[in-house]
Amino acid sequence: MAEREQKKKPSPRREESVEEEVDPSASGDKLKAELDDLLDEIDDVLETNAEDFVKSYIQKGGE
Amino acid sequence: MAVSKILGIETEYGIVVRGGNDSNPISASSMLINSYINSLKADSGEAARVPWDFEDETPGNDAREETLRLSVAPEVETHLVNTVLTNGARYYVDHAHPEYSAPECADAAEATLHDRAGEQILRESMTAASKLLPPGEEIVVYKNNSDGKGNSYGCHENYLMSRSLPFDEIVAHLTAHMVTRQLFTGSGKVGSEVPGSRTDSTPFQITQRADFFEEEVGLETTLKRPIINTRDEPHADSAKYRRLHVIAGDANMSEVATFLKLGSTAVLLAMLEDSLGGEPMQLDDPVPAMHAVSLDLGLGLPLRMRGGRTMTALEIQWEFLHRAHAWADSEGLDAVGGDEVGNRILSLWEQVLTGLDSDVLGLARQLDWVAKYRLFDGYRRRHDLEWTDARIRAMDLQYHDLRAGSGLAERLGLERITTDEAVIRATREPPPDTRAYFRGRCLERFSDEVVAANWDSIVFDVGGSNLRRVPMMEPTRGTRDHVGALIDQADSASDLLDLIGQ
Repeated sequence: MAEREQKKKPSPRREESVEEEVDPSASGDKLKAELDDLLDEIDDVLETNAEDFVKSYIQKGGE
Repeated sequence: MAVSKILGIETEYGIVVRGGNDSNPISASSMLINSYINSLKADSGEAARVPWDFEDETPGNDAREETLRLSVAPEVETHLVNTVLTNGARYYVDHAHPEYSAPECADAAEATLHDRAGEQILRESMTAASKLLPPGEEIVVYKNNSDGKGNSYGCHENYLMSRSLPFDEIVAHLTAHMVTRQLFTGSGKVGSEVPGSRTDSTPFQITQRADFFEEEVGLETTLKRPIINTRDEPHADSAKYRRLHVIAGDANMSEVATFLKLGSTAVLLAMLEDSLGGEPMQLDDPVPAMHAVSLDLGLGLPLRMRGGRTMTALEIQWEFLHRAHAWADSEGLDAVGGDEVGNRILSLWEQVLTGLDSDVLGLARQLDWVAKYRLFDGYRRRHDLEWTDARIRAMDLQYHDLRAGSGLAERLGLERITTDEAVIRATREPPPDTRAYFRGRCLERFSDEVVAANWDSIVFDVGGSNLRRVPMMEPTRGTRDHVGALIDQADSASDLLDLIGQ
């Protein structure tokens, strides 16, 4: 019921998303290309000794 | 009529000293904060430190009718560094973590800005501390909620509520929101920290925090964490208000996630106060549901509701949004900060639910857990790694690293709600539309005459034989419109007290 109601409901947001969907693959492709670029360069920033880093990251419980 | 949903976020940050010997997180946190305060002092040439006033702290008060005597009241640590900033925030050491309690804000957009200002202050603190540490040592701060080894620290939200709304009603309506809003509030996590569970059976889950929730309702925050926390410490006129203390959320790197977390919750609470919450959607068994929703990356898991039917988390969220629209049409959006911010909440909420329905990975710029999943999965596939590989777990921590240039969230270019310029300004200036304005401006102008401050009062020493406490029990007063001109005009705190008739 919730689903039916919300699909029926007109909203400006939905019209906007129709416009965005003119080329549905464009934003997906862009995201993918950016992810590939990031994956190409990410090793430069990643912690050099992952194992030690993960092991030594110990926190006290809080709140 | 719903009361203005004044709100704010408090965050405990993870802290590590790198390059040093085993160090004590309490002293590292103290050093971090002291370095920041001293750097402000150096910048402004004046004493900037005003201590927190503990006079009114009662975190053991319980909102339920019958206080459960077995509950463990939270401790208040009064001996550690604890200070108030000119933006109205409280910056202190809590349970071996640096904690930043952002000032009270009038709407979700302002509160998101002040959450980011907190990150910036932690970043400036790291820079200030590194100047004092031996070469090769560095304090690094992480905005996350777990160390991956079963230790969790919190990111709490606070909402001003009408005292007249029965607490039971909050519990009846809000529990399902806490469980299902995880779909957009989750910061993502590799593995599971439920005792006995194996990481390889849970490669990745939606939230940092779900593993740590064991009760439906309760007072605790450090053990047996409840989905709905009953702390009844309004820091305001207790006959009129309560402060709902929400502990069931992740610290978000994504501004969209922070904004939607605050905005959707504020809207639901206002609906309840306007008696437009509708029939409560009550989960049959909320605690297991909380865990299950966090693990359900396919988002299709049916949750058993009271009365026998089932709904998915996404269906519950759509129903909340549908009711929110009906509430907004009937009552307007004033309670959540007006039309502009209110409509932004509703439209972003709908946009995110639509994305979750149709193209989850398309939300990689909006939601932390999706951003993380996409990045980690891409890296994992490229290098043929298991989810349990230390490199993936390291990335899971590094996503939250606040050092400029090191944090993976920063690299991913998440969608912004704020601007850099506004964030920098908010590290010094208070939000204009709550009593935080009065607190912050008094510290900025008259810090020499402020003895101590807390959420609901400021104590001045204006030279007489007695200290003068100015109560601020009404969070909507003391705004820029209300006292801005008087503060600008006053030459001293004493002058200001005369002008405001204290």
